[in-house]
Amino acid sequence: MNRINQKLQQGKKILSIYFSAGYPSLTDTVQIIEDLEKSGIDMIEIGLPFSDPLADGPTIQASSTQALHNGMTTQVLFDQLKDIRKTVSIPLVIMGYFNPMLQYGIENFCKKCQEIGIDGLIIPDLPVDVYADEYKATFEKYGLINVFLITPQTSDERIHFIDSVSDGFIYMVSSASVTGSQSGFGATQEDYFKRIASMNLKNPQVIGFGINNAETFKQATQFAQGAIIGSAFIQHLTENGTTKIADFVKAIR
Amino acid sequence: MSYNVNEKGYYGEFGGAYIPEMLYPNVEELRQNYLKITAEPEFQAEFDALLKDYVGRPTPLYFAERLSAMYNTKVYLKREDLCHTGAHKVNNTIGQILLAKRLGKKRIIAETGAGQHGVATATVCALMGLECIVYMGEIDIKRQAPNVARMKMLGAEVRPALSGSKTLKDATNEAIRDWINNPVDTYYIIGSVVGPHPYPDMVARFQSVISKEIKSQLLEKEGRENPDYVIACVGGGSNAAGAYYHFLDEKDVNIIAVEAAGLGVHSGESAATSALGKVGVIHGSKTLLMQTTDGQITEPYSISAGLDYPGVGPMHAHLFASGRAQFISITDEQAMDWGLKLSKLEGLIPAIESAHAFAVLDEMKFKKDDIVVINLSGRGDKDLNTYIDYFKL
Repeated sequence: MNRINQKLQQGKKILSIYFSAGYPSLTDTVQIIEDLEKSGIDMIEIGLPFSDPLADGPTIQASSTQALHNGMTTQVLFDQLKDIRKTVSIPLVIMGYFNPMLQYGIENFCKKCQEIGIDGLIIPDLPVDVYADEYKATFEKYGLINVFLITPQTSDERIHFIDSVSDGFIYMVSSASVTGSQSGFGATQEDYFKRIASMNLKNPQVIGFGINNAETFKQATQFAQGAIIGSAFIQHLTENGTTKIADFVKAIR
Repeated sequence: MSYNVNEKGYYGEFGGAYIPEMLYPNVEELRQNYLKITAEPEFQAEFDALLKDYVGRPTPLYFAERLSAMYNTKVYLKREDLCHTGAHKVNNTIGQILLAKRLGKKRIIAETGAGQHGVATATVCALMGLECIVYMGEIDIKRQAPNVARMKMLGAEVRPALSGSKTLKDATNEAIRDWINNPVDTYYIIGSVVGPHPYPDMVARFQSVISKEIKSQLLEKEGRENPDYVIACVGGGSNAAGAYYHFLDEKDVNIIAVEAAGLGVHSGESAATSALGKVGVIHGSKTLLMQTTDGQITEPYSISAGLDYPGVGPMHAHLFASGRAQFISITDEQAMDWGLKLSKLEGLIPAIESAHAFAVLDEMKFKKDDIVVINLSGRGDKDLNTYIDYFKL
């Protein structure tokens, strides 16, 4: 069974962390992953940097740009991760935009992910219908779970369609925004969280965008099975480097 | 083979809507409504009336006598340079603003490179009394000060795009991010035949008035609707899409697309996407795209800001891949020389973008009786500073 499914079946509220591979320094990737696991993180989203990240706010854009300057590429990331399963056992997901994967070759990309022990992919600009028609079979052949996003504007009908195509979890974007632009959740978000929780979807939901401290983590996991922190962690890396990762995680839960 | 978009939003293998889920409701709303709304008689009547009385259409099809004599062929110029705001861009912004109003949108956003589409958007927002925010790369804001001032006079807010290379592609990214952040009341007026379906098709349809007029004007002047050649410059490709539109399925019409070679196709400073690009995804569309082997989008270069885009619209990618259109790339130097040549020969100072199209006259051999239509997509007022610097005027 895929590590993502195993983790979510344990029933625990999960905390997942996103960071841009190759940031702050090119060779920090593996160390950050290992430290996050040691600090009690349940799942990690490894960001494959892209020159034009449409869905990301300034924090993740800046870290992606820096990572690219540092020399990060798809091949460099795969090389860095080749022995990752010797030391890390939590679910690992690669999150990135579609074009770099397309250039690597989708089949090659998936094959490489399987060899390394990557459990899933999040590709914000690969639409669910294109995935279902063209790529689902390939992802499944290599045991990869593809994760789709939903937003407060996503219709119930489409959420059910996304639920039917998904086989891991649904990534609930907390509000209409790019990454890193929210502070705190209000009544609108809570209504949305409740609405989704009451839909009885077959896939568990994990909330992302706008989770940046213990309070928002608690709020989100009241309604969903987990939460994802991205920009706030990158901000932490920018300010503190890679030495105080455990402190960041402790402050969340 | 069809050269128009299919039901799923593709031209051959190109096009589609590779967008984050956050944009899906907006793009889907547009996809479901654009054909229905633009087919309504009331919409068409309002669109046609504004094109006629506000934009100044039909634009003339001018027989360039001295140019024709020099090249021993029949050269006609489609005078989009005479459109209000100085270029063809306004044909599209008129269409989209009418659509935005019918969708009940209150806030308009746009991206701009050289500022022509920004000015055309600010103009129609002023006309309709709608809030207008234009994203423009920080570097372009410095390079195109007169157009920034025009947009401000027209009541638009110009927001600098500070990310990435701080030019057109980044302004487009910022506009898309704005749309993600404001999904309900905001409409995004894209300025070229790029972006997710249905934008390429919608913009091409609004610009198709260019080739519709060419047909009826040629019939009047030459007794035939079809030219032998139709020539247009291609950045994203909206003036070209409009100039080609009604000729796409007319096999006897040769379609010539002119890209900016910059300092030379293989100089590393170029925007010749058909020569340098590979299939990829940019701004929600699968198309030909200048990129690294790792799939990072590279920064193009052309002296003309309007051709300075790392991709082409999916329609053009398909015209290239299928061989329907012939693609030619023209250097900065050739285009600038033509800017001066056309000014002296015909009394027309072209936009540097449009000047690229004329250089085809030196690259190809035409017969005496050939009818060659060149789309003069914009006038050169906006480029005066570049002309002054280049020629030390």
